[in-house]
This record gives sequence, structure tokens and C-alpha cells, in this order.
Amino acid sequence: MKFAIAIIFAFTLLPLHAQPTADQILERVDRNLSSDNRIFESTMTIHGTRSSRTLTSRTHAVGDKRSFTEYLSPPREEGTKMLKLEEQLWIYSPSTDRTIQISGHMLRQSVMGSDLSYEDMMDDRKLTETYNAVVIDSEVLDDRKTWILELTAKEESLAYASRKIWVDTERYVPLKEELYAKSGKLLKRAVMSDVVQIDGRWFPKTILYKDMLKQGGDGTEFSITDIRFNENIPDYIFSKAALKQ
Amino acid sequence: MIRFLIKGLYYDKSRSRLPIIVVAIGVMLAVFLNAYITGFMGETVELNARFVNGHVKVMTKAYAENEGQLPNDLALTEVTALKKELSERFPELDWAARIQFGGLLDVSDEYGETRSQGPTTGMGIDLLTSESKEIERLNIIESIVRGRMVQQQGEALLAEEFSRKLGVNPGDEITLISTTMHGSMSMHNFKMVGTLSFGTEALDRGSIIVDIEDAQIALDMYDAAGVLLGLFDTGFYDDERALKITETFNADMDNEDEYAPVMRSLTQEPSMGQLVGVMEIWSVYIIAVFIVAMALVLWNAGLLGGLRRYGEFGVRLAMGEGKNHLYRTLIYESVFIGFVGAILGTALGLFAASLLQGDGIDITGMMEGSAMMYPSAIRTRITPTDYYIGFIPGLLSTIVGTMLAGLGIYKRKTSQLFKELES
Repeated sequence: MKFAIAIIFAFTLLPLHAQPTADQILERVDRNLSSDNRIFESTMTIHGTRSSRTLTSRTHAVGDKRSFTEYLSPPREEGTKMLKLEEQLWIYSPSTDRTIQISGHMLRQSVMGSDLSYEDMMDDRKLTETYNAVVIDSEVLDDRKTWILELTAKEESLAYASRKIWVDTERYVPLKEELYAKSGKLLKRAVMSDVVQIDGRWFPKTILYKDMLKQGGDGTEFSITDIRFNENIPDYIFSKAALKQ
Repeated sequence: MIRFLIKGLYYDKSRSRLPIIVVAIGVMLAVFLNAYITGFMGETVELNARFVNGHVKVMTKAYAENEGQLPNDLALTEVTALKKELSERFPELDWAARIQFGGLLDVSDEYGETRSQGPTTGMGIDLLTSESKEIERLNIIESIVRGRMVQQQGEALLAEEFSRKLGVNPGDEITLISTTMHGSMSMHNFKMVGTLSFGTEALDRGSIIVDIEDAQIALDMYDAAGVLLGLFDTGFYDDERALKITETFNADMDNEDEYAPVMRSLTQEPSMGQLVGVMEIWSVYIIAVFIVAMALVLWNAGLLGGLRRYGEFGVRLAMGEGKNHLYRTLIYESVFIGFVGAILGTALGLFAASLLQGDGIDITGMMEGSAMMYPSAIRTRITPTDYYIGFIPGLLSTIVGTMLAGLGIYKRKTSQLFKELES
């Protein structure tokens, strides 16, 4: 009898153990997406209303405070570099040999005409640090079971007051994300795909961003072609002097 | 009889002095205001035509819908071919491609760091090809304050006031930070070779003028332009012709394609259409207002005159002059008064208008922050209309005023006349 009760009790508790809390989910997501440092090469295809353009770049990033991106193609953008240090962002244009700091409202402008803003590019902080989460539902996306998490910003200064993310229940990577303004207006939507396992972590190699306020166009496809975690990145890369080199 | 009436008016000044003064003042104001409207509004229309709208403007349908935002991502492409086609189809117009853009102008210090920065509205126009009429059209050479005209690619002209604000002088390097046709951030260096003052607040606030090819390079707009402006060879806007050309061009265009070119005439531009419309009916309003106002004054003057000449009318009626005849002679008198008043008023009005025809009144301070392009001075423009326009309110108001005041004649009773005269 005691055994039977124990079995029933264990089965009753099982679903509780099967679904982790929102914070636990977010922590697992952070563990997959964040790293001490990474070097990656990516392509960004901007699907405009009249044509599509593809840009390639190489990024070095350490934590969520420092990153350095160099555009490799097309020729017009080749050599353009972006440096992020803490909350500051500089852009170097080789054709003018000028370095300009991007600040204020300019941070909300599109990067290279894409659906991503400079603010989006700079936002590398862990979700657990910046948002409070609640699991609100579950859904099957492309045959993958997901939990839907509603995230509310812990700080006023964040670009998006709330987010909704669809997290893969097995691999703990977001498969879809919706970013909202304080008013509740949907600002951006991102759909992640091509999830691969690299160095023990699951990572979506392709993200399709769509700026919902931008008229026309089919969004921006951001694909990571090569990524390496925990490499040795020399400090001098993250200096303004490196922009002109 | 006419001579007799004129003599009467001449020798009895109390009959003519006040009405002539009233008519002369009214006519003077009507003539002056007409010259003012023709001058100021006409100049505003032509200024906007030359700088922004052309007499007709070709752009993509999508650009036309968002024109205020200067949406170069919706610009016309294959502009060379389109311009050639337009020149062949509508040779009475001179066609010019233009690119308007917004952005920031950045000036660096010796270390390459930002020294000063300011928002700018730029214009890419054909400054370097020999057949271009743009320099003359925009009066650029005469507007140069310091430095010289653009002579080669990579050079730019800056508004004088803006250049002083940024602390740049001819020969200095400036960096334009803007957005390309594809939405990327663009940075482009120019050598500032001269400063300009157009005398228009909207242009002098923060403008940069570069050659259109430079603008195309800076904004990644190869063979593209925001708009193609068409201006009549005569230099003056002809609404009827412009509307006809617009209709012909648009009839052949694909209505479904949002990037297909569409043509708009100056009056089809929301702000300018209103202005041209106002200009056309304003003269009519002025004349109507002066006719009513002066007729009221002259009616009262006529009533007072009627009281003063009460005895005279009584005697004339008693002597057997018909009421209709008496009424008619009063109207004839008013025609002379109106005529003399109108001549005097027109002369005074033309004199006042001629004083403001040259330099005009500086209204730069009043136009601060204005989004529309207005001339910096109110100038009148004397046209042939001004020589006759004053006669309409001048004559009509005196005749109407006299007709109303003279009605009292018909109320006089012949049987009572002698009794009235005795008293």
C-alpha cells in the first residue's frame, strides 16, 4: 500500500519536475546563447522592397560589454568597423577615415538598412539580468514543442519593455521572439532556425528579423557561418586605435 | 449737362471732396494689396517651383505619398533614360534631376574627433555639366557670400549662417553623415568651397549643396534621383499647360506599380495648390471687400450730402425736374467722383507699391522655423492689372453708395415741397 501511494505521489509530482520555472528556462537559454567570448563570421541578407543585399562581417566579442565588428563585403561597406565598449558605440568609415560615435536617438536607427538597430546590435546582456519571466503557454513550432515566456523589463532604459519568447523545451533555445514597446505595440519579430550544437551548447545559426514598423521588405536574415567560443582575443582589438587599422 | 455737373462738383467742394478722398484711399489700398499679392505670393510660388517643386515634378508613386520624409529609398531609378524620354516628349520643359536628403554635418578637429555637428538638409543638383541651367535657376553665383562656386566633384557649398554655426570656412573638410538609398548609414567627405545665402529662412538654416553625382555616390543612388523637375522655358508657371502635360504623362503610367513614375503639377502639390488657389481668388476678395466697405461709407456720405442738399433737390423738383432725372444726375456725379477718386487712388497705390518693389520689407525674423519656403522680404510687383483694377471698386462703390443714398428722392412729395421750403 505504501509503495502504491509512493508511486502515485511520484507520478503526481512528475509534471512539476518536467516543467522548470521561467527563471530556470531563462537561465538555460542564457547558458546556450551567452559566452565569455566568441568570434564569429556572419552574413546579413537584407530583403528590401526593391532588392536584396548581402553583407558579410566578422565579430569579436568578450562578454556583453565589448565587441568589434568589421564588414568584409560588399565593396561599399568593406572596411567599415564598429566598436562597442560598455554603453558606447563607434563607427569607422574607411572612405572618410572618420570615426563617429553613435549615441542618443541614432542608436535606434537601422544598421546598414537592415531590420536591426544599433541598439539591437549592442544588446548582449543576459536575459536573466534584464528581464523577469513568466511561462504563459506552450505551443508546437515547426514540430518542436516550446514554452512561451513573457518577459518584462527590470529597467526602464531597455530598448524593449517586454518580450515574448518561444523556447524549445528540449534544447533551450528561443525559436521565435516578439519584442514590444511600453505601449504594448509589437516592434520586432525574430524567427530562429538552423539550431546546431557547438561546444556542448545549442545555438540558432539563422535568425530572420522583421521590423514591424518598417513598410515593405521581407526582413533581414542573419546567418552565422562560423562561430568559435572561448578563444583568445587580444585586448587591443577593443580600442579606438584598432578601428583605423 | 455733363459739363454743368462737373462744374457743380468743382465749385461745390463739399459735394466731391469727401467722396473723392474715400474712393482714393480705398482704391489706393486695393491697388497696393494687389501688387503685394502678385509680388509676395508670386515670388513664393516661383521660389518653391525653382527650389523644390518645379512647374511639374516626376517621382515614384511611393515617393509622392511620403514626400515630406525625403524617402530616397523610394527614389526614381534609371533616371538618365527617363530624363531623355521626358525631354523628347515635353520639349517645352527643361528637366533637372534632384536629390534632397537629410543628415548630419560633422566637422572634425585635428585628431579626427567631432569638433562640431549639426543637422542638415542637403540638395544634390547638376552643378557641373555645361548644359545645366540649375546654377542660374537657383541664382547660386549671386548667392555666394564667401569662397567660390563648386568646380569639381567632392566640393560643397554650405549656408553662410550654418557654416558660421559649425565654425567652418572655405577650404575646410566636412563629413556628411546620412542614409543611403538602401538604408545604410553613409559617411562622405566634402571640401567646403563656399558659403551661400539665399535670403530664405528654410534654405539658409542648414543647407548643403553638392553636385548630383556626389550625392548619388554618397547616398548609393547610382543613376537614381529623388525627383525630376520640369520647368517651363518661359520661366513662369502656366497651370493650364502643366495640368495638360501631367494628365498626358500619367495616362501612360502603370497604376499598380508603386515605383512607377508619376507626374504632379505645381498646383497639385498640397501646399502649393492652396497657395496658387488663394492667389487667384485673393484679388477678387480684395475688390469685393473694398466695394462693400467703400459703398457703405459713400452711402453714408451720400445721405449726409442728401440732407445738406435737401433744399436744392426740393427746388429742383418744385421747378419741375423729374425724380428719375434728378436721381440719374446724382449717379452721373458719382461716376465722375469715382473716376477722379480712382485715378488719384491708383496713382497713390502705384507709388506705394513702387516703394516696395525693390528691396521690400525684411521679414526674415517672422519666417524663423518656417517649413515652407518664403522670400525673406515682402516685395510688391506692379503688373498691368494694377493700372485698372482700382477702377472696379472705385466706380462701383460710388455708384452703389449714391444709388442707395439717392433713394430718398423718391420719398419726397411734390405737394409738401413748398411747405418744406418755407420752413
